[in-house]
Order: sequence, then structure tokens, then C-alpha cells
Amino acid sequence: MAEVRFLNVVKRFSTKSGDVLAVDQVNLEVADGEFLVLLGPSGCGKTTTLRMVAGLETATSGDIFIGSRRVNDLAPGERDIAFVFQFYALYPHLSVRDNIAFPLRAQRISREEVDKRVQDVAQRLKIEHILKRRPNRLPSGEQQRVALGRAMVRQPQVFLMDEPLTNLDASLRADMRVELKHLQHELGTTMLYVTHDQTEAMSMSHRIAVMNLGVLQQVGTPLEIYNHPQTLFVALFIGSPPMNMMTCTLSEGRHLQAKVGNLRLTLSSTHRLLSQEREQNVAFGVRSEDVHIQSADRASDVMGTVLVREPLGDETIYQVDVGGESALLVKALPREVFQPGERVGLTIDPERIHLFEAATGKSLLAAAEKAG
Amino acid sequence: MLRRILFWLALALVIFYFAFPLYWIVISSFKTIADVTRATPAMLPFVDFQQTLANYSSILLGTNIESETGVQAAASLGEFRERLLNSVIISGISTALAVGMGTLAAYAFSRFRIPGEGDLLFFILSTRMLPPVVVLIPIFLFFSNLGLRDSYLGLIILYTSANVPFVVWMMKGFFDEIPLEYEEAAMVDGYSRIEAVWKIVIPEAIPAMAATAVFSAIVAWNEFVLSNLLNRNYASTVPPYLNSIVGVGQVEWGRLAAAAVLFVIPIIVFTFLVRNHLLRGVTFGAVRR
Repeated sequence: MAEVRFLNVVKRFSTKSGDVLAVDQVNLEVADGEFLVLLGPSGCGKTTTLRMVAGLETATSGDIFIGSRRVNDLAPGERDIAFVFQFYALYPHLSVRDNIAFPLRAQRISREEVDKRVQDVAQRLKIEHILKRRPNRLPSGEQQRVALGRAMVRQPQVFLMDEPLTNLDASLRADMRVELKHLQHELGTTMLYVTHDQTEAMSMSHRIAVMNLGVLQQVGTPLEIYNHPQTLFVALFIGSPPMNMMTCTLSEGRHLQAKVGNLRLTLSSTHRLLSQEREQNVAFGVRSEDVHIQSADRASDVMGTVLVREPLGDETIYQVDVGGESALLVKALPREVFQPGERVGLTIDPERIHLFEAATGKSLLAAAEKAG
Repeated sequence: MLRRILFWLALALVIFYFAFPLYWIVISSFKTIADVTRATPAMLPFVDFQQTLANYSSILLGTNIESETGVQAAASLGEFRERLLNSVIISGISTALAVGMGTLAAYAFSRFRIPGEGDLLFFILSTRMLPPVVVLIPIFLFFSNLGLRDSYLGLIILYTSANVPFVVWMMKGFFDEIPLEYEEAAMVDGYSRIEAVWKIVIPEAIPAMAATAVFSAIVAWNEFVLSNLLNRNYASTVPPYLNSIVGVGQVEWGRLAAAAVLFVIPIIVFTFLVRNHLLRGVTFGAVRR
């Protein structure tokens, strides 16, 4: 077991059309035994970051530590890690048993020990019945298990997984999420897991590191990331449906006020702005579940007209036109029924709003004030 | 129904077109001189003509062939056997070398970033654009000065260098198809790159190597011009020998056919030995894209 640390890690690829900065000054510590997910859209540098830990890419600058060892100059095989690839990379000419035993054979371990460990892993992953088969004929769920087995069998310091569930169908993916989380908990091995799927990230990880364009945006527990996004990117990337985002102007009376189209909202006194400058153009965000829809005759922050109603069973999502640049998405309980075209009132929980500097995308609200 | 009949008819025509020459050579090799030169060709053994092993025994054992028109001089004893062995040695070694070296080069082209890769690949291919006959005289002089005429080494060098470009191009295509993740997985699992190539990539590439080897072997096996020019006295191969049977005056069709049959057998056997790999073809791996 070991922790993984990144110190100012930079990766630059040189291509014919010039240099591409894939990973920009990443500083990150993954605790021993932690399940950390690197989350971001494709091309954000998350896989490159993972591959640098494995030694499949070399960092342009900066240091990577596994435990107390600086691993930048070690060959992949010397880093005591296991890597699960998106496409599994099971060796087609070897049986499942030999695939799993393959990493052990590199270590000159006795035949009995190899057999025993392969057997243990197979038992744990419930793949004993396919040990003699070739991997390419197996269904993808079983291929996935074989790939996991090959990673587990050498009892590495760190698991590195690159979108391992992408190729499974939806129901199997949900099962494997639970199983992987359980497995990691049982083994207690440090896990670095790359995905673009926020459900995977939210449901499995201890902490999430969100990346965009090679830059680490925010690191935190799933709920921290969800409730207190520190950048505009994180706010928009996490959550389904995506956060409502509009431009607003801030004005100061007795309390700070945000003006968004027809909506004038007095900010809660607990909100303190990070920046002293009063910006005219600020991104105002609120999640659909923090906007409440009600009939037009009740006191509301803003009036609007229902455009679309999407009943999802456990909840209903309304698109409400409030005369602003875009319609607001509102999550409501299924028993609250409003028809398209109907005038409705909306109230917004002022504790739950988000303000971002339009130019930098950074949160304007002090993190300390919003803890919890 | 009609479609089925037409299909089988077309198939039969195609098979006849390709197989009949072979059949003709084979039956001719079992004919006596009288039968092989008959104006109305004899088609069916046991029915149209009495088959004989005289042609084969003449070629392999050096016996004379007697007929109504007189005695045909025997081939010099053992010459065919010796040349067949030479052909096997020269084609075998040059094929192994070409496939070995070409595979390694192709791996490098496929996996590493090589400055001027496109130009280099084109350069390698361009060596095949010149017909060998054009450089016949330079090669002759060159080999004479280096003492490479009448040697195994000379033809092995020539056939190897003729086949390497083909192998590089074929194998590069195959390696490009083998996902990089295989080697990466093996390297993470504690193996060096060389070990990863040896344990994972080469086993995956064997069908491709077999297919490439068949084509290379056929080229070396059938080569006539260079062999005829360079190796007249020592380490001579079979193709010029076939030409020599044609001889002066009367063509000895029976013996020519027998020699031709014996000459194609090894390459057919080789192709059959690797046929499973050939059929396994280019469908690689459990890695899904």
C-alpha cells in the first residue's frame, strides 16, 4: 500500500502542428488506501496523468511519488502498480489462467505459489469456471473480471484503472461499480481511477479530482464537488440535469443583491464574496433541485411560464421561461403538476446559489462560509 | 435453383481454369515419351495411357529412359536432388532472414517515432521498383569481385534483400493492427519491452509472419534469372535446371513435367503446414475497438 503524490507535474506532447500541453502543473496527493477518481471530459489529460503514474508516459517536468519513491525514472514494471485498460488488453493467445498468472511469471515466483494466487483471485472474482478458456471468446463482463484478476494477483501498491467499465452494458456497469468499490474497500489498495462518467465518480470514490484542459479544477469528496463547485467548469460538468447558469449583475444595498433578468435575489447574509471588486458580469448558477416551482398565486421570487414538462417517474423536470437568456430547469416532485403554458412562480434557495467570476470561471463565494 | 446451378457452373469453370494446368503437368510426368508427344492428348491415366515412373526414376536415380525412338540420355546422376537441396537451403535461409529482419524493422516502424518514417518506408519499397534484370550486369561484376558467385551466401543475400521490403510493409500493417495496450500491459506487469515483444507481440503476429513467409519463400523458390546467371557450377537451384531439361532439339516433356512436379511439392507442403495460420488471418485479439 502506498500514497501517490504529484508535484508540479507537466506533460507536453510535441506534434507536427506544435506542442500540446496535455497536463499543466498538477499537484495532487492520493492517500494510502484511498479511492480517487480522475474525472473530466475526453482530452482533459486524465488518462495521460494516469499513464504517467504507470510509466507509460514520461512527465515533461515535475515529480511523481509512489510511497516514498520518486518513480519518474523507473520502468513501468518496477513501479509495483497494476493497470487495467479500457479495452482490457487480455492476451488472446493465452488462457484465462495464463493471463492472470502472467504478471507473477515475471517475478520468478514458484509454480505452487502462482497456482495458489491465481486460484484465490479466480475464486474471489467468481471466474474459476473459465480459467481454461481463451479470453477473446468470453462476454465482456467476464473479460472485465479477468482483467481485474490480472491486476489483483500481484498485490500491487496502487491500482490504476482507465475507464474499465466503459465497455459494459448499463446494468452490468451498475453491478461492477458496486463490486469494484467493495473490492477496493476489502483490499485497501490505493486506487486511481479515470472516468468521464460522473455517476461512476460520484458513486465509487472517496474523493474526485476534476480535470479540464490539463488543469486540475478541484479535488474533493463527491458531495463537496457537487455542493460547492469551485469553478464554473466543475459546476457545469457535475450534475444532471446541468446546473442553471445565467449572467447576473451584483448590486449592493443593505444586502448584496443579484439581478438576473427579471429576478432580483437578495443574497443570504452568510454569503461573503471572495473578490472585493463588484463585477458587473457574474455567472449565476443554481441547481434545478434548488429552484422550487409553485402556483402563480403564491409569493415567489420570479414568475415564469412552463415550456416543457418531463415526467421521469421519481421526479419531474420543468423548463420554465422567466424572460431571461435561457429557460430555467426545475426539479419537482411528481405530485406537483403544472401544464406547459401555465404561469408559475419560482423561489430560489439563496443559500444554494453559486456565483462565478465570468472572466476566470472561479467561484466568487468564500468556501469557508459554505462548509457543509 | 437456376442460380445455384449457375453458381456451381461458374465455380467449376474457375476451378478447371486454375487446376487443369497442374493436372496436365502431373499426368504428363507419368507418361512415356510416346504418350507425351501424341497428337491427340491422352487425358486419363489407366484408360488413355499406361503410366510409368520412368521420368521420376530418371530424374531422381539417373536411369536411362528407353523408348521406340531410342534411348534418352539419363540426367546426370543426383543433379536434381542436389539442386533441390540447394533450393531448400537458399530459400529457407533467405526466407527466415527476410521474415526475421523485416519483422523487427516493421515493429520499429509501427511502434516508435522515427524521423523521416514515411521517406524511409518509401525508400525500402522503392528497392522493389527496379526489375532485377536491369541490374543483372552490375550484380554479376560485383559478385564476381566479392567472390559471391557460385555460393549459397550470394543468392541468400540477394533473395533476402529482395524480400525484406515486402516483409516490412506486410508486417507493419499487421503490427499497426495489434493494439499497443498488449505491450503496455506486459510492461506494467513487470516485463521489459523485448520480453513483451517476445512473449506477447510475436505470438500474436505469427499468422502474419506465416503468410508473409509463404510469399517470400515462393519468390525465392521460383527465382530464375539471378540464379541462372550467378550459380552455374555450385549451389545451383532448381529453376535453371528445368530450363536445361528443355535441352536442344527434342523437348523432354515427360522429364520436365516430373521435375516440375517435384519442384512444386515442397512449396505446397510448406503452404499446407502454415495454412491454419493463414486462415486465422488478420482477426486479432480480445481487444475491442
